Amino acid sequence: MDEMRILSPSGILGYGFPRASLERGLAGGLDMIGVDAGSTDPGPAYLGMGKCFVDRAAVKRDLELLIAAALGARIPLIIGTAGGSGAKVHVDGCLGVIDEVLRAMGKTARAALIYCDVPKQAVKDALKQGRIRPLPFAPKLTAQAVTRTTRIVAQVGVDMLLPALEGEPDIIVAGRCYDPAVFAALPVARGFDPGPALHMGKILECGAIAATPGSGRDCVLGVLRKDSFRLESLNPERRFTVDSVAAHTLYEKSHPYLLPGPGGHLDLSECRFEQTAPGVVQVSGSRFVPAPQYAVKLEGAARVGFRTIAIAGARDRIMIERLDDVYAGVRAAVENNFGQRPYRLNFRTYGRDGVMGALEPKPTVEGHEVGIIFDVVAPTQKEADTICGFARSTALHYGYPGRVATAGNLAFPFSPSDVSMGPVYEFSVYHLMDLDDPRALFPVQRLTLGGQK
Amino acid sequence: MKTKRMIDLAHIIRSKNSGPFELTLDVFFRTEEIYQQAKTRRVVNAALIKRLYGVTDEQILDIIYFDPVRAAKATIARPVASGAIEDTDVYGAQQHMPLLDVEVPWEEL
Repeated sequence: MDEMRILSPSGILGYGFPRASLERGLAGGLDMIGVDAGSTDPGPAYLGMGKCFVDRAAVKRDLELLIAAALGARIPLIIGTAGGSGAKVHVDGCLGVIDEVLRAMGKTARAALIYCDVPKQAVKDALKQGRIRPLPFAPKLTAQAVTRTTRIVAQVGVDMLLPALEGEPDIIVAGRCYDPAVFAALPVARGFDPGPALHMGKILECGAIAATPGSGRDCVLGVLRKDSFRLESLNPERRFTVDSVAAHTLYEKSHPYLLPGPGGHLDLSECRFEQTAPGVVQVSGSRFVPAPQYAVKLEGAARVGFRTIAIAGARDRIMIERLDDVYAGVRAAVENNFGQRPYRLNFRTYGRDGVMGALEPKPTVEGHEVGIIFDVVAPTQKEADTICGFARSTALHYGYPGRVATAGNLAFPFSPSDVSMGPVYEFSVYHLMDLDDPRALFPVQRLTLGGQK
Repeated sequence: MKTKRMIDLAHIIRSKNSGPFELTLDVFFRTEEIYQQAKTRRVVNAALIKRLYGVTDEQILDIIYFDPVRAAKATIARPVASGAIEDTDVYGAQQHMPLLDVEVPWEEL
């Protein structure tokens, strides 16, 4: 086999793609379809709550087309970071959708499955043995922090996916997975160099984001060869250019050409990007450098409270000039009423510094109105509701100096005005864990999904 | 010394998380000529990033110029981790504005 043709349908499973793009990919011949189904970008709550950040019906729509395409073409469908955050609860949710889709088709599929959850005790043991290493700017990990963490997943790499590919299953579903590994595992199993394979995966995992015009909801084709790969858009409205591909290599990475992953790093310092045909870019010179010690990245989320918010607007310019006085007055009133309690009350002021907070270089109001979010986080939902409701009503009628509008200070767009947001999580684990046997923690399970209608 | 605004030298200026604890800032310069001068002068440098983003030397992971894409990348500690209680921008995608209008030393060639 001297080349492999791999289709990526979408930036994230459930972000959608035009059916015509998928059909164009199938018409040209494919060796596999890979799709990244997750990210930490939407924040810690999805890992903590066990919730998917993509709507189930949207995921199902994509899977209907992808499963039919893969089974029809007799090529594997590989899904990484199933369910958005890739913990067992997320993976099982994704399996449920796959099963539903197959049953509706009246078909079965042989699936291989890798859960990527790491038991807390395993992390504590590793901590004791000095096998946990911090990543930049993450807080130091303690046994106590592990205890209060809701769930922990590890980002598995090509090495953990390889055993799942044995026996050529129809569908491979992995929990939390290094995004490029979704696309690189099968090529590596077939003898391709992991350097170009992982670099191609790094671009494919974002769907058409690296094309121009970029999109998170369109299909692209990666064609992997011995020491290079090329990228082709499957939608005539998009194309790859040297600039669009090269720019993407910097996207959401700490370093432009050294990209760490499970078991080693990609070195792109010698990379060459060439426009080999209109809309087609060829990349060569990508190298994978194995690490002396195999390590995986752990991600864990811990619950830190419950949030209630109220959304309001202010149009009164005298009030807007006095906003900080109003906030200080409301804070004092809350404390006066309820005493010292472990709640956090934030006033988020859009039109001033709502987006950048303390980093805002111009923390002044230049417009004629502001949006305010009363944001309360407390140990229980009830307490958050209480503090938020009280802060909101106090602010509505707060008598600041110079006030002329004595009937009310805020415009509430909604009734009810307050929203109980549920639990709030923080990333409590974001560390490397050294592993001697990278596969031992992540056994492959095999099952048959789907069945008669 | 003459100066120019960064936005007059660069066609892409953006911010994004690189993981929940880092913010990475990318500046792509308009032409090879501009890039070469920007790199020689190090118009994106630690002093500038410290001033614009209120970080210390220890909170700057790296500032790197990458020739193949004519870009400078600065990666710094997020002021608050993504999604933490006080966070204002979970994806970190709207923290780039201070870089747009900043005046940097520049000599027309």
